[in-house]
Amino acid sequence: MAKLGTLVHKIRSKNAGPFWLTIDIFCHDFDNFSEISEQLSTAKVATLFGTNTSHIKRFNIAELQVIKFSMPRPHIQGVRLDRDMHGASFACLLEGFEL
Amino acid sequence: MIEKTVVKVLVPAGALGIPYDRDALARGLTHKPDLIAIDGGSTDSGPFYLGTGTSKYSRSSTKSDWGELMAARAKIGVPLLIGTAGTCGTNSTVDWLVDITKEIASERHETLTIAVLKSDQSAANINGSAALGRMHPLEGAPAITSEIIEDCTNIVALAGAEQIQQALATGADIIIAGRTTDTAIIAALPLVRGCHKGAAWHGAKIAECGALATTNPNSGVILMEFDQTGFTIIPMSDNASATPQTVSAHMLYENSDPFILYEPGGYLDVTDAHYHSVAERSVRVEGSRWHDTTPYYVKVEGARISGYQTVSFVLVRDSDYVSHIDQWVSGLETVFASKMYDNGNNDVALEMRIIGKNATLGALETDMASTPELGIMAIFTAPTQAKANEAAKILNPHLLHMPLTEKEPMPTFAFPFSPAETDRGPLYEFCLHHVCELDTPMAWFSLDVIEVKADG
Repeated sequence: MAKLGTLVHKIRSKNAGPFWLTIDIFCHDFDNFSEISEQLSTAKVATLFGTNTSHIKRFNIAELQVIKFSMPRPHIQGVRLDRDMHGASFACLLEGFEL
Repeated sequence: MIEKTVVKVLVPAGALGIPYDRDALARGLTHKPDLIAIDGGSTDSGPFYLGTGTSKYSRSSTKSDWGELMAARAKIGVPLLIGTAGTCGTNSTVDWLVDITKEIASERHETLTIAVLKSDQSAANINGSAALGRMHPLEGAPAITSEIIEDCTNIVALAGAEQIQQALATGADIIIAGRTTDTAIIAALPLVRGCHKGAAWHGAKIAECGALATTNPNSGVILMEFDQTGFTIIPMSDNASATPQTVSAHMLYENSDPFILYEPGGYLDVTDAHYHSVAERSVRVEGSRWHDTTPYYVKVEGARISGYQTVSFVLVRDSDYVSHIDQWVSGLETVFASKMYDNGNNDVALEMRIIGKNATLGALETDMASTPELGIMAIFTAPTQAKANEAAKILNPHLLHMPLTEKEPMPTFAFPFSPAETDRGPLYEFCLHHVCELDTPMAWFSLDVIEVKADG
């Protein structure tokens, strides 16, 4: 078991407008990308973010060795229950995820 | 043979107010750009700015940064264009920047024409559009009613390339635009001059964050060259390079879909775009496609007040309380609910965020590392400020002294401030994620030209 953050080059998350969150996993190289994209199922990501796979858009971008997930924000940006205005901290959830 | 058209757009930074390399800007001017274009804001800082129609940056720093770009413009005599002026692009922030511009011009005895494009919408416009079935929710849009629309303190529509082209056509020295898409301010000129449509929009998307698509994002300044087949991104700083990787990866940034970008009048598809290095530090891109769509839609944004907040802070250092923090917080919530019930108050929401445990991610947090101290941020949200403040004062003695068990001496926790509670003012929320159909692009936008005469 290793944390995902230690296996890849970089993970970042950010708002994609006030209603969506997008997360990019930058892999080291093509082999790393193939391995991680196979092991990291959309279902695991959905569980981690407390959502349903049907709400997640996934892009495996081989040319960039990037796995991208987009989903509606857990709470709309800036509403009473939102905790992170820019959404950059959600990447930490995936960094700490034991693959 | 048709002469090759090249349109050069100089982008000084990702937004006005973000630092950039001054030498790189000077170098950019030597390339004789056709336009200097910069973004003035976005929704990224939250709903407060649209809700209040104010800028997140100070007037003095904005005046200083804008003054530098005005001087750059004056030096080479090309138009200077800003979109989404003053963070949110409401009429009020457009007027704010126009006022700053006049003040700078007056101090420099400069004669100028300023084109002012405004994007504010009335609730009647939006409700009328909805009633006619000309408004459509985008994916993830919140439910709306005509009352919610009427509650909005500000509503703006996002101008696209067509409205910016109208503003450029006035021949003004400076164009100050209200809410626009980030890309439209860069795509408008190459489009009107007949450059490749896919390249114009794709290049605009790559350039909208300045040098973020290079190896040195903080250098800010990039030059975009558009023509009939593609675009080239040229970083202006000695310390920045564009690579096929940095440029193509930028389509990921703040985009839910890295291949498709919707804009007023159509959408961009970069699925078949190819990127290759040219010269030493530049990248050439071709193969992106633009698809015109009808009817013509513009996106709308609105914000309204959803309550008023007061926040109390307390710090917990006692190790016994730190290790039983959930029990203590839950006890406080029970006491609060009971006191509010006794007072006949049932419309105040209390949320206690435990800083040091899971204040950032809440229930999603998976790391349970322990820390020597915890902060409790108690957030009270009520229909009025007075009620929120009253509720915070009701919880105050318990936040300071509530014991975990009845059999222990009265504890006292650390209040970092006196008073312990701070009124935060209104809480705004975004309440529109919709597009509206327009008969003509300018239907919901206004354009004026202001002459500023040097006073001798």
